[in-house]
Amino acid sequence: MSVDPVDFLGIDRLLTNEERMIRDTARKFVRDRILPGIEKWFEAGEFPLEIAPEIGELGLLGMHLEGYGCAGTNATSYGLACLELEAGDSGFRSFVSVQGSLVMFPIHAYGSDEQKQQWLPRMAAGEAIGCFGLTEPDRGSDPANMRTTARRDGDDWILNGNKMWITNGSIADVAIVWAQTDEGVRGFLVPKGTKGFTTRDIHRKLSLRASVTSELIFDDARLPGDALLPGVQGMRGPLSCLTEARFGIIFGAMGAARACYECALEYSKTREQFGQPIGAFQLTQEKLVNMLLELNKGSLLALHLGRIKDEGLITPQHVSLGKLNNVREALAIAREARTILGANGITLEYPVIRHSNNLESVLTYEGTSEIHTLILGQAITGLPAFGGNA
Amino acid sequence: MERKKALNIAVCVKHIPDPNLPGELDGQRLKRAGVQGVLDPGDEFGVEAGLQLKEAHGGEVTLISMGPAVALEAVRRGLSMGADKGVLVSDDALAGADALTTARVLAAAIAKAGPFDLVIAGVESTDGYTGTMPSSLAEFLGLPQLTFVKSLEGAEGSIRVNRQTVEGYHVVESPLPALISVTAGVNEPRYASFKGIMAAKKKPVEQWSLADLELSSDDVTVNQSVTNIGKAEERQAGEVVEDDGSGAARIADFLKEAKVI
Ligand SMILES: Cc1cc2nc3c(=O)[nH]c(=O)nc-3n(C[C@H](O)[C@H](O)[C@H](O)COP(=O)(O)OP(=O)(O)OC[C@H]3O[C@@H](n4cnc5c(N)ncnc54)[C@H](O)[C@@H]3O)c2cc1C
Repeated sequence: MSVDPVDFLGIDRLLTNEERMIRDTARKFVRDRILPGIEKWFEAGEFPLEIAPEIGELGLLGMHLEGYGCAGTNATSYGLACLELEAGDSGFRSFVSVQGSLVMFPIHAYGSDEQKQQWLPRMAAGEAIGCFGLTEPDRGSDPANMRTTARRDGDDWILNGNKMWITNGSIADVAIVWAQTDEGVRGFLVPKGTKGFTTRDIHRKLSLRASVTSELIFDDARLPGDALLPGVQGMRGPLSCLTEARFGIIFGAMGAARACYECALEYSKTREQFGQPIGAFQLTQEKLVNMLLELNKGSLLALHLGRIKDEGLITPQHVSLGKLNNVREALAIAREARTILGANGITLEYPVIRHSNNLESVLTYEGTSEIHTLILGQAITGLPAFGGNA
Repeated sequence: MERKKALNIAVCVKHIPDPNLPGELDGQRLKRAGVQGVLDPGDEFGVEAGLQLKEAHGGEVTLISMGPAVALEAVRRGLSMGADKGVLVSDDALAGADALTTARVLAAAIAKAGPFDLVIAGVESTDGYTGTMPSSLAEFLGLPQLTFVKSLEGAEGSIRVNRQTVEGYHVVESPLPALISVTAGVNEPRYASFKGIMAAKKKPVEQWSLADLELSSDDVTVNQSVTNIGKAEERQAGEVVEDDGSGAARIADFLKEAKVI
């Protein structure tokens, strides 16, 4: 019997032909367009913006939305594409998550017809870039207590405050900004160049280096009345976007893990010490097998969550379970893979340390592992443990 | 503006076991049942060639395939790249068909689905590697055949190709209708975009049996049998040359000897 050392359980067979084609297209794109440049981009700390239209042409941006130039795939396909992208680099998956789930999704779900017409087709094509501003310098895990405000002034809105750690911030043509108003938290579409709106990039990151992270600064930024996202009010708005993006991460994390496992497995068969391949040592085999277990379990979990999302039965708590488990295990796989590569494991010549460092961000953003633990803890005990006024 | 004659193009596509997986034998045959299949990567060049001609001249690309019901996946893949419609011939009597039988069946399907200005096939499949199917098909269809095409150019009523040879290439021109077989490298097959993949679901695919083609199981009796299967010769270790400054010249000599340059 032939063994597939990666898809050991033959999970591939559970995919439809269409899902497999989408996966294959994404995989090919990563191989042809991302892997050849990623070491350079990561080292230089830059995101190659020129690739955005190619990602758009492929249909990756807002792929699970209907109409407006979007491909209209199912959720599972979106997850599979995230998985392949993140097997390339978490920075690219982040780019696609932000564009599709955090910006296009709320415009699609809560925007006016004019907002949809204005932004969605160009964003789907990768011609316009979006960012999502929720986190603030002093409000990370507790965004409900955000300080950014939007105040009515006639028909206009005046926006004040700072958003921090914003992916795509300075390269975005439009920012979705969440702010406190008299009517609770509301979302605003803030185009680049709006007077009183500036950005500042965050440098010296050792993680997600092939991704732009910025601070957004609003100093009496005046917005017309139609900048407001009309369809949603309260924290439900931003949280629903996060649930979408977190769903993609459940798959994505397994992509990064797969890349690390494949690299370590290959290395263990060719690297020799004490006169034999290091893969012949029991200690190495145990590491590889533990990776194999978690990779296959995590992939099955992701696929299961994809199926229930496509049935319309998924809850945010399901998504928390997936994100918590798969990012945690992906990071463990990446770190273990790094040990198998020895000193080579710390260089950019191999993908492992890059994935490992990237996953540190993935562990923190879109809800830290602690926050997802608390969400699940509350779900099963009925007792919130977030503290304060949460 | 001058109105060009649109080209009606047929492209033969085959569903094969994923060549990236280790192949397994089922008796004297390649195991196919239960094995993950793909559109033959060699056929992607044919589909791309058809699409490029269609884009330049207008017209339609029809995919023609023979295989079991799962071969529909390969047809859908080609449709998701941009082909317009598909034909799949499936029949239990076709299990184990050889290259000659395949050509006979494809010829009947092409005759029924046509008329076509151009029929495109890959030079050989990535599973059987027989390499005889395109020529047999051209014979059955009574078409001129332009094989081993490494680049091509369509014009009004004719086609001109560069045909790969051991020494270099021949420039060959033929009136249409004609059949061409394309090599890997004739073009860069496009990605099946996600929109293309979604659109492919709605494109028409005809599924025909032998009876639909007015063929009987006698017409597809296989006269060829595989009598022995041996291991391919191990690849010889390459020659290692230390560069003493003449490395570049040595490489050039080597390539000349191999008639690559
Ligand atoms: C690379 C990168 C990109 C990002 N992109 C975006 C973006 O595009 N848009 C955006 O809005 N945000 C973005 N973020 C921000 C991210 O969502 C936040 O960093 C995250 O929510 C955590 O907030 P914090 O960093 O302020 O940490 P804090 O909330 O200060 O948390 C610090 C630690 O305390 C723990 N903690 C907090 N509260 C509790 C509690 N009640 N019980 C137990 N432990 C607790 C946390 O789990 C964590 O371990 C990004 C972050 C990074 C690193």
